[in-house]
Amino acid sequence: MKRSGVTQLALMLSPVVVTLLFATLILLAAGANPLEAFGNILAGAFGSAKKWGDIAVVMVPLALCAAGMLVTFAAGLWNIGVEGQIVAGALAATWVALGVQGPPWLILPLTLLAGAAGGAVLGVVIGALRTWGRVNEIFAGLGMNFVMVALTNYLIFGPWRPPDGATMSGTEPFPLAARMPMIGSSRASLVSIGLAVAALFIVYFLLRDTHWGLRLKAIGLNSAAAARMGINTHREMIVAFVVCGLMAGIAGSLQTTAVYFRLIPQVSGGYGYLSQLVVLLSGLRAVAVPLIVFFFGAVQVGSPRLELRMQLDSSLGGILQASMVLFFFLIKGWRQRLADRKERNA
Amino acid sequence: MKIELVNIHKRYGAVVANEGVNLTIAAGEIRGLLGENGAGKTTLMRILSGYTFADAGRILLDGVEHHPSSPADAIRVGVGMLHQDPMDVPQLSVLDNFGLGQSGGLYRRRRPMLASLEHLCQRFGFKLDPEAVVGSLTVGERQQLELARLLALGARTIILDEPTTGISAPQKALLFDALKHLAQEGLSVVFVSHKLDEVQSLCDSVTVLRKGRNVGELEAPFDADGLVHLMFGQQLPAGARPVVPIDGGALEVRQLSVRDHRLSLDGVDLHVRRGEVLGLAGLEGSGQQLLMQAIAGIVRPRAGSILLGTEDLAGRPYGAFRDRGVALVPAARLEEGMIPGLSLREHFALCHHCGHGLVLDWPAADSLTREQIAAFHIVGQPLTAVDKLSGGNQQRALLALLPAELTVLLLEHPTRGLDVSSAQWIWSNLLARRERGTALIFTSTDLDELLQYSDRIMVFSGGRVSAPVDAPTVTVQELGYLIGGRGL
Amino acid sequence: MLDPLVIATLQSVVASASPLIFAGIGETLTERVGIVNLSLDGTILLSAMAGFAAAYLGNSLLLGFFVAAVVGALVALVVALSSIVLKQDQVAIGFVLTLLCADLSSFIGLPYVRIPGPSVPYMPLGVLASIPVLGEVFFRQNLVVYASYVTVFLAWGWLSLTRPGLRLRSVGERPEAAFARGIAVNRLRYTYAAIGGALVGIAGASYSLSVKLGWSHRHTSGMGWIALAIVIFGGWSPFRVALGAYLFGALKSLGSILQPSYPNVPTQVFQAAPFALMVVALLVVGGGAAWVERYVPAKLQRGILALIGGSPPAALGKRFEQL
Repeated sequence: MKRSGVTQLALMLSPVVVTLLFATLILLAAGANPLEAFGNILAGAFGSAKKWGDIAVVMVPLALCAAGMLVTFAAGLWNIGVEGQIVAGALAATWVALGVQGPPWLILPLTLLAGAAGGAVLGVVIGALRTWGRVNEIFAGLGMNFVMVALTNYLIFGPWRPPDGATMSGTEPFPLAARMPMIGSSRASLVSIGLAVAALFIVYFLLRDTHWGLRLKAIGLNSAAAARMGINTHREMIVAFVVCGLMAGIAGSLQTTAVYFRLIPQVSGGYGYLSQLVVLLSGLRAVAVPLIVFFFGAVQVGSPRLELRMQLDSSLGGILQASMVLFFFLIKGWRQRLADRKERNA
Repeated sequence: MKIELVNIHKRYGAVVANEGVNLTIAAGEIRGLLGENGAGKTTLMRILSGYTFADAGRILLDGVEHHPSSPADAIRVGVGMLHQDPMDVPQLSVLDNFGLGQSGGLYRRRRPMLASLEHLCQRFGFKLDPEAVVGSLTVGERQQLELARLLALGARTIILDEPTTGISAPQKALLFDALKHLAQEGLSVVFVSHKLDEVQSLCDSVTVLRKGRNVGELEAPFDADGLVHLMFGQQLPAGARPVVPIDGGALEVRQLSVRDHRLSLDGVDLHVRRGEVLGLAGLEGSGQQLLMQAIAGIVRPRAGSILLGTEDLAGRPYGAFRDRGVALVPAARLEEGMIPGLSLREHFALCHHCGHGLVLDWPAADSLTREQIAAFHIVGQPLTAVDKLSGGNQQRALLALLPAELTVLLLEHPTRGLDVSSAQWIWSNLLARRERGTALIFTSTDLDELLQYSDRIMVFSGGRVSAPVDAPTVTVQELGYLIGGRGL
Repeated sequence: MLDPLVIATLQSVVASASPLIFAGIGETLTERVGIVNLSLDGTILLSAMAGFAAAYLGNSLLLGFFVAAVVGALVALVVALSSIVLKQDQVAIGFVLTLLCADLSSFIGLPYVRIPGPSVPYMPLGVLASIPVLGEVFFRQNLVVYASYVTVFLAWGWLSLTRPGLRLRSVGERPEAAFARGIAVNRLRYTYAAIGGALVGIAGASYSLSVKLGWSHRHTSGMGWIALAIVIFGGWSPFRVALGAYLFGALKSLGSILQPSYPNVPTQVFQAAPFALMVVALLVVGGGAAWVERYVPAKLQRGILALIGGSPPAALGKRFEQL
């Protein structure tokens, strides 16, 4: 059924509208002024030129992980362990940054490689648990997430603590050679942005135009028949986890070498879980990811202002992001229901 | 109970399932409902038994108009339906299934339920263990349970949909006796089937449906030719089987032992020559599928060898079998054979690796798909999703996806659910492969199909296998005995 | 006579396992009827916060538990409705709700952070409490813990002995057959999703009002996921689920007990242990059971599989369409 451009736009935006209504209700219930709250978020996100850099900083890990998860979702897998893969990448990169001496052109690529490897190794673990251990990847991933977080804390308060004592700020700051160059005075790094964009393009190409991508789709739709058709489902699933791990691991390494310049306890920042929301909202379409990542990034950057200005918890940002996805699904289902009913009465 | 169906209409989208069907069945009558696949028999009975609604028309039971809104509603007014795959819960016990749906208090009182089940079983000579898990029963036993349950709920009409597929000869005899008894007590029985001989032996009268319409009714005794004429509109020519020179061994199986959680098959010996067609007969679940899956490399045997040429493939991974030209076409087309959601083109791209290295060549895949669509007369486009194809076209697609040359082709129920012309087309395609030297092994529950196309037939019964019998010389009765377990 | 320290440890294990029992049994009921409620972690957080806030504001523990149960039931109903009416994937909706409810709990709960509030009073059960060992461990607790015992027995009895329980099971295994027998499949799914959700809500309240008093950001740290794993580990069977709950409760308590004796072992090991164990437990019932089926002779299989085997309800997560 052909729809006018305006109607299509309205339909796409309906989850946004409902989300705002929902958030308004919550804010009113909490005794806060909704308009003021939204205004603060916007101001927090776009208030100054510097903020654009901050948004880019948030968009990078989101985009990398979303790209990786498009791959795992294609194979029908719920890679909740991506959060742990980010941490694994961060740990590996930190190990290089703190342990290896050398010029930047050696160290920095090494941190990226280490990060990718870290994420990939975790991908193998989760994949093996899923294929041979029959452990649902949701639980395998979650288990690994918590283990990785514990490992991070151990390292920060133990072997990698700064010489003058362990603190919640994390490890010692990285030497200059292990820091990614920034764009001007902003916090954004060209390398990070380039890698994120490349990841999205690569994944788009992989899924649409390669044999491997088609095999993944087959596995995601009917793994039993795919196996009968000669596809090595176990191997391809593990490879999918590894590919996602490569990208998530790179995101993790960038968090240490391009954002915080050290290893901090919350190095993954919940980006793993957040990128799941991004992918769900995109309807598994790579083309929709950049816009969604931008929106989510803006909300992430703007929300802390609520704590400063209004004594509200910044989790309002998370509420906006998650309810957007929820209403996207609910509205999609409702529209499908109406369409089915119309077809039946025809 | 007297049943009157008046002017029933039902369509599913563009497909007309029932068009102005009128049907009257007297109390105490056993009525056969004949027709080929897609004639509308099952739809009509689903309407009568409350599983679906007619678009127009009326249902009168003993003169009173009813509109059963659900199966439970239907049984309340006395109409019960026994499905081909009985509607039971396999994970629960016989007694639980018997009692499920019966009203009562909070606690399940076992003794009255047991007594009721016992009584019904004794009446008909059924032997059911109340504590057995239904999933472990044979199809025949599940039918008996369902019949008992419907009677316990007060059914005065029993509809049976293709009940004899997959049950043993003794079970069939028991069932027919039970139905005759019930008819004598005034219940009406509707026997939906496509098997002429069973209808002839059981029914008092027959209604024939074709393309959604009631095209005729006959009283016993029936003239088989007349029935066929009503069902198909013309005499079917029997397919002639060309004599193909059979030379050279294709497959040899020695002392094979395979097991799954329900069944074990031991000491199977088999020798199949190039171009030979081997039919596997017997009730479903007697081991045919297991053997075929072992030969295809899907299931690993516990002992024995599978020789292709001089190479023993037993224990090797699935890929090794595929590489040496062994392929299996499953009966569950969309569950095991193809990927619902992917298009024909994507299937061909997957199977034939169109393009170089990593990158897919979509135009090449497209043209290959078009070629195959033409060659196999598939009604569909390259971009059509395979789940949107009809059963017959799905089967053609499955065959088209196979490599051109195969050593051994195994087929599970190759023509199940297909109408006669589709079935004939499939067989002509299979016989063409045979002429190129492929050995064919297939299972079927249709004795006519087995006799018509096989060179030799092996009969399976409860995990035991007969020696292969020559198809041209064996009779239907002999086959029936073998299937019943005698002489193995 | 056992060392009083051991008794105290066991008491603590039983107490800290009680929320997991509520959540595990609740989710068992929900999954037995065919619905996966993945939102447990978020629901527990939200209901813990809501229960605490309600109990604090209304100065009534009963109100707190009631509000928590309602919150839990509502979230579960969102999952059920989205799946049944709107035909969306239960796992996706559940996951999104996990994050949403967690954030809602942080946002709405901000005013209540670290405020001392009511707690369920200690209530030893007279005669029963004097039984050596067992009595001391199980009957010197509070009312909420006693309720957890009752819940396990009630759930088992319901599923195994009653007609409604049989109907529940049939819906989760083969809804078409249940429908053919006049059972209102979707209505039962809503009902048990709500009941299960209410129990999960009570689990949340038992954290903030009984086990880990008060409210703070991400108060219950991952217990919802453990509860989901316990359901699988327990083979969807109430007594085994309870066993799993005690096992994890033991692990959590052991952390704080053993730490002083082993100061060299980093605290993070104890923090991560429950989640590592979760993976191991699932490995045992998943890959382990498969291994047993393949390599262990049939006679021994049945005994072992009764303990570690168990397949999900056949229709879990699948939609039922009435044509």
